[in-house]
Amino acid sequence: MEILAILIPVSLFLGGIGLLAFFWAMRTKQFDDPEGDAARILTKEWDDRPKPSGDAPPSTAPPRRGRGEE
Amino acid sequence: MTVAEDIGRVTVTACPACVVAPSAERIAAQRVVPDARLMLSLPLAHCAACISTVEGSLAAVPGVRSARVNLTRKRVSVEAAPEVTAAALIAVLARQGQEAHELDPGLLSATETDRQGRDLLMRLGVAFFAMMNVMLLSVAVWSGAEDATRDLFHWISGAIALPTVIFAGRPFFVSAWAALRVGRLGMDVPISLALILASAISVYETAMSGYHAYFDAAVMLAFGQLLGRYLDHRTRAIARSAAEELAALEVPRAIVLVDGAEVETAIAEVQPGAVVLVRPGARMPVDGVVIRGASELDRSLLTGESVPVPTGEGMAVSAGEVNLTGPLTVRVTAAGKDSSLHRMADLVAIAEGAKTRYTSLADRAAALYSPLVHILSFGAFGYWMWATEGDLRFAINISAAVLIITCPCALGLAVPAVITSASGKLFRRGLLIKHGTALERLAEVDTVVFDKTGTLTMGVPEPVGLDRHGAEVLAVAAALAAGSSHPLARALAEGVRALRIEPAQVEAIREVPGLGIEGLWQGAPVRLGRDMWCGAVALPATATYLALAGATHAFVFTDRPRPGAAEAVAALRAQGMRIELLSGDAEAPVRELAQRLGIADWQAGVLPEAKAARVAALSGEGRRVLMVGDGLNDTAALAAAHVSISPASALDAARVASDIVLLGQDMAPIADAVRIGRQSARRMVENFQISALYNVVAVPIALVGLATPLAAALAMSLSSITVALNAMRLK
Repeated sequence: MEILAILIPVSLFLGGIGLLAFFWAMRTKQFDDPEGDAARILTKEWDDRPKPSGDAPPSTAPPRRGRGEE
Repeated sequence: MTVAEDIGRVTVTACPACVVAPSAERIAAQRVVPDARLMLSLPLAHCAACISTVEGSLAAVPGVRSARVNLTRKRVSVEAAPEVTAAALIAVLARQGQEAHELDPGLLSATETDRQGRDLLMRLGVAFFAMMNVMLLSVAVWSGAEDATRDLFHWISGAIALPTVIFAGRPFFVSAWAALRVGRLGMDVPISLALILASAISVYETAMSGYHAYFDAAVMLAFGQLLGRYLDHRTRAIARSAAEELAALEVPRAIVLVDGAEVETAIAEVQPGAVVLVRPGARMPVDGVVIRGASELDRSLLTGESVPVPTGEGMAVSAGEVNLTGPLTVRVTAAGKDSSLHRMADLVAIAEGAKTRYTSLADRAAALYSPLVHILSFGAFGYWMWATEGDLRFAINISAAVLIITCPCALGLAVPAVITSASGKLFRRGLLIKHGTALERLAEVDTVVFDKTGTLTMGVPEPVGLDRHGAEVLAVAAALAAGSSHPLARALAEGVRALRIEPAQVEAIREVPGLGIEGLWQGAPVRLGRDMWCGAVALPATATYLALAGATHAFVFTDRPRPGAAEAVAALRAQGMRIELLSGDAEAPVRELAQRLGIADWQAGVLPEAKAARVAALSGEGRRVLMVGDGLNDTAALAAAHVSISPASALDAARVASDIVLLGQDMAPIADAVRIGRQSARRMVENFQISALYNVVAVPIALVGLATPLAAALAMSLSSITVALNAMRLK
C-alpha cells in the first residue's frame, strides 16, 4: 500500500497539468471557433510553417503547397 | 442631452438592437482609428473550402490587412484600411458565390469577448477535472478500500471536491439565493441544496470514519448541471449576436435646412414645422408634406407595395419610405415619437408583452418538480427521525441521498441538449433561433401566414420577355436605364447586360425626377419612363416605357419569387398546415403570386393593423399561427403570432419582433424548421420522461435507506447519457 503515497500525488499532479493546460487554452481563446479549427486542418495554406501573426500582410503570396500533395 | 430626447431617439429606432447601435459620436470616433474593423455574416459558409475562398478573396482586396473566418459563428472579421467599405467586400464575396451581410461593428466588443460563456466554460472545466479525480478515488472505495485507506481517500476527495463545489456551484448558489429572496423555488434551489447537503454530510461522515461519502455525487451534479447551463448559454449567445448585429437600416440623422444651410441633426431633435432635405436613395426620416421637388418613393417595407409610388409637391410622405429619383424638400408634420414609424413600433411593444406569457416546457417541469423534491426529502427526514427515534445522522443521510438522486443531471440537460442539437442543425441550414422557446412554439403551429413583398418574393423587380424586343431597342433602353438608380431602371440595365448586349451611345442623358430619363440617340430624343411621359398606353402591370423614333416599347416587370418559396409552401401544405397570404400590395401581383404558389387564401391591400388583427383572429379560433414577414407593416403581426420568422433582409424592427431569422436567400428551410421543431418538442418530452423514469426507480431505494454513492453515481451518469443520446437522434 506504500505505493499509494507515490501514485496518488502523481495522478493529482498529472491531472493538475491538464487543468493548467485547459486554463491556458481558455485564456488564449482557443475555444472560440471549434468548427473552423476542425476545418482549417484541411486547407493547404500555411501547411509547412505557421501563419505569421499580427500585422504582416497574410496570404498575399500564393498559397504554399502542402507536403501531402506530392 | 435630456432624458426625453433620449427616449425619443430610442423609440424612433424601435428596437433594442438599435438602442445599443453606435451613436454618431462613436462612429465619428472610430474614423480616427487608422484601421477599420469590419464584420460580415456568412450564412452559407460551412466547410474548409469556404474558409480559404473567403479569406483568400478578401485578402486580395487592396487595403485589407487580414481576414479571419469564424466558422462556428459563420462570420468573418476583417482588418482593413479605413477606405475599405463593407459594401465593397460584400460585392467581392458575392462574385465568389458567398452571400454576406454587414454586421454592426459597434456591438462587436460586447459579443466577441463572451465573458459569461467563458466563465461558465472555465467552471465546467474545473468541475470535469475534479469529477475525474474524485471518481478515481471513489472507485477504489467502492471496490473495497477499508479503514485508514478509505478515510484517506475520502479526505483527498474532499480536498478536491469542496473547493470545486464552491467554485463550480457559484452560478447556482447566486441564482438560488435570488429566487429565494423573492419567495420562489426555481430549479436552482434544489440543486444548491443538494450540493451543499451532499458536501456537508460527506465531510461529517469522513470525520466520523463513515462508510459513505457523496463527494463524487456532488461534483458530478455540479458538472452535469453546468453542462446544461453552458449549452443553453452558447445557443443563445450565438443566436443573439448574429441576429442583433445585422447592421441597422434606420437613419438616425436628418438633414435640416436652416436658412438655406444644410445641418445634420439627430432625428429626436427635429421639430414639426422644420424643413428637411431628403436626397435620392435616402430613407425618409420623418412624416411630412413635400414642399419642393418630384420623385418616386419605394414604400415596400412600410406597406408591401412592390411598385414605386410617384410623389410631388403637396403630397404626404411617411418616415421609413425610400426616396428614389429626385431630391425632396419636406416640411415635417411629425417626427420622433409621433411619426407613423413609431406608432407601428408601439403596436409591436404591446404584442411583445403578450408573448412573454408563454411558459416553456422546462419551466412547467421545474414548477412540478421543485416542490415535490423538497417534500420527499423532508418527508424522508421526518419519517426516519421518528422511526429511528432521533438518529439525526441517519435521517440527514437519507434525506441528502433523496435530494441527490432526484436531482439528476438529466433534468438539467433535458431541454438544452435538444435545443443545442436542433439549433445546430437549423443553423447549418441557415436558420437562426433567437428565442429559447421558439422551437417548442414552432412545434404547435397549424397555420402559416406569409407576407408577399420581400418575403415570398425578393422585393426586386425583374424584366420579363426582354428577348421579344430588338437588340437596338434594348441597347438604347440599357443606356438610358444606366443613368438612374430607380429599381426598375436598374433591373432593366441588369437584364440587358445579362443578354450580352452593349448599351448604345446615348448623349445628354438627364433624369427627370418622378418621370424618367431622357437623352439624345443619333440626334433624336429618346425617353425611358412613365407611360404618359413617353406617350404610351399604360399596361395593367408593373412596366416602364421607351419612346424611340416615334414608336413606344413597354418593358414588363415581375417580382421574382424567393428561391425555395414554392418548395416551402408545398412542404408546409403537405404537413397539413393552413396557408394564408396577406399583402399590402395591389390585387393583381398578389393574385398572380398566390396562383403561382397555389395559395388559395389570399388578401391584397391589407393594412398593418389589419394584418395583426387577422393573426389575432386566427389565434382566437384556437389556431397557432406562424407568421413569416419582413416589413414594418408585418411587424405587429410578427409580434402577435405564436411564433414568427423573418428574412435577414428584413427591417430591424421586424427582425427583432421575430423568433427566428432566415439568414440565407433560400426559403425552403422554413419547412425543415417546422419539422425539426416538432421533433425537438417530442424529444424534450421524452427526455423528461426518461429522467422521471430514473426517479421512479431510484427514489424508493433512497427512501428506504438503501442508496449508496455508487447507486447515485450510476443513476446520474446513465440518465444523463440516455438524455444526451436521445437529443442527438434529431434528423
